[in-house]
Amino acid sequence: MSMYIEMIRVRFLMMLAYRTNYYSGILIYSINIGAYYFLWSAIYGGKEQIQGLSVAQMTTYVAVAWMARAFYYNNIDREIAAEIKDGKVAIEMIRPYNYLGMKTMQALGEGVFRLLFFSVPGMIIVALIFPVRFDASLTTWLFFFISLVFSFIVNTHINLLTGIMTFFLFNNSGLIRAKRVVIDLFSGLLLPISFYPDWAQTLMSYLPFQAISYVPSMIFTGGFVGQEIYKALLSQVFWVVILLIPIRLLWSLAKKHLIIQGG
Amino acid sequence: MNVIEVQNLRKEFNSYTSRPGLAGAFRDLFTRNYKIHAAVDNISLTVKQGEMVGYIGENGAGKSTTIKMLTGILTPTSGSIIVNGMNPHKQREEFVRTIGVVFGQRSQLWWDIAVQESFRLLKKVYRVSDEDYDRHMGHVIETLEIGPLLDKPVRKLSLGQRMRCELAAALVHNPPLLFLDEPTIGLDVLVKLKIRKFLQEINEQYKTTILLTTHDLTDIEALCERVVLLDEGKIIYDGKLNQLQEHAVEGKQIEFEFLSEVPRSSLPRVENLQWEQKDATTWLGYINGDEQMVSRLISDVVQRNPIKNVRINEISTEEIVRKIYEEGMALT
Repeated sequence: MSMYIEMIRVRFLMMLAYRTNYYSGILIYSINIGAYYFLWSAIYGGKEQIQGLSVAQMTTYVAVAWMARAFYYNNIDREIAAEIKDGKVAIEMIRPYNYLGMKTMQALGEGVFRLLFFSVPGMIIVALIFPVRFDASLTTWLFFFISLVFSFIVNTHINLLTGIMTFFLFNNSGLIRAKRVVIDLFSGLLLPISFYPDWAQTLMSYLPFQAISYVPSMIFTGGFVGQEIYKALLSQVFWVVILLIPIRLLWSLAKKHLIIQGG
Repeated sequence: MNVIEVQNLRKEFNSYTSRPGLAGAFRDLFTRNYKIHAAVDNISLTVKQGEMVGYIGENGAGKSTTIKMLTGILTPTSGSIIVNGMNPHKQREEFVRTIGVVFGQRSQLWWDIAVQESFRLLKKVYRVSDEDYDRHMGHVIETLEIGPLLDKPVRKLSLGQRMRCELAAALVHNPPLLFLDEPTIGLDVLVKLKIRKFLQEINEQYKTTILLTTHDLTDIEALCERVVLLDEGKIIYDGKLNQLQEHAVEGKQIEFEFLSEVPRSSLPRVENLQWEQKDATTWLGYINGDEQMVSRLISDVVQRNPIKNVRINEISTEEIVRKIYEEGMALT
């Protein structure tokens, strides 16, 4: 176990090695949130509510969704792809650990780093400029964090799956880019799921993506109350478990098919 | 005790060939010409504890593929492998604790962080206790002279510095078996010597078994008693290095440097002697025969022509290996 904690620490150090990325990241996220804030205030116009969300809730939704993204978002799919492409995966196979487990830990290290040094300062900046409300109750905060952990796991699962696909496709940068757009769109980051037409909502309820962004944001903004919260959390747990199956299958298949590129 | 036991090992790769031209590229979209190619073709090999074995062959002879199967990275197509009493692929996590690997062309240190952070992580990964680490790695760091490099990020190290750190990283858990895949590639003579000396030391001190592939045969000469020669996936020689020399060296090479230009006709003609002109005033004589012939030839030549310099050249391992590959010499 201690080696996994050590890996999180190493990832922390790696993030610190590239500080500029980190500063520019805060700026980019703040600009994004600002842009969505103005867009939504224009859409709302004089209206009190759209789809059961007030304009204040909407602003909070956008801010929380982006800041949560800083935590769950990671590039391990691209890293796995790169390691397979240049043959570095050979080094990983001679280590006495589970490669995917280690990648998950790296993602967690990155996530925790961004949550502490990125989301928190970012949120403070955003709260000063825009009317975002962080006065949720303690239980809401608690549910929010639980659901944030699950959204991290679901997103990481999907990233692992996309990464492993490189073993079979050899060059899957297209797939990785497509996955990113699909997640941003279908997870409720850009638009709350309740804004989609009914048929699309039904379709999306069969997909794992809304477990990533929609659920924690809705819990925080109070879009979900009472029973709905538990149902939403359960759906996240469901996807956490279900996605393990294709990962395991593909990974054992990938290990057999492993061809180290470049000698 | 046998550390490595390999029986009839074989690894096939499925490769496809591309058809030429645009029309060919379109046809490739639908059907492809597949070809099965055996990178390692039925090799059997045993290595005892404490041996240092040089594993040599041309590019693409199957050296790296063998190492990758021995370390559990690749699954063999057929054949059996037992290394350190385990099946490398099946018992991967347990097995890799007992080996150390250095790939000369691939870094296993984390690029962006200080060397000591990589070591620290590896120490945790291999569950090395603090005392063992201090005792063993203290020695390693001292001998490889990497103490001052430890707090630098890997990307700022030179190749020679990095390579020494890579070697140290492979030894964090003091493995009884070490695989080195071209560890001295691109290094200068001083670093090479340092690494060789170090390898000899750990071999003596811990009885570490070392399997080494390299293109630099002076590495093999300096380190290995035993060599395994590979050609197109097959072992063509497995035995002592000096025996290889005795077998392959059919005579000597004598270099005559004359004061003036000398025509071929004024050189002696004897059986089992071949001449080769190096430049205008230098001739190389290859003789095949007993020791007496060398002195007879030299006195013959010296009497007839004024001489600036005479040199008797040992044929280097490099030349032997070149000869073996070029002429396909069969050795058993």
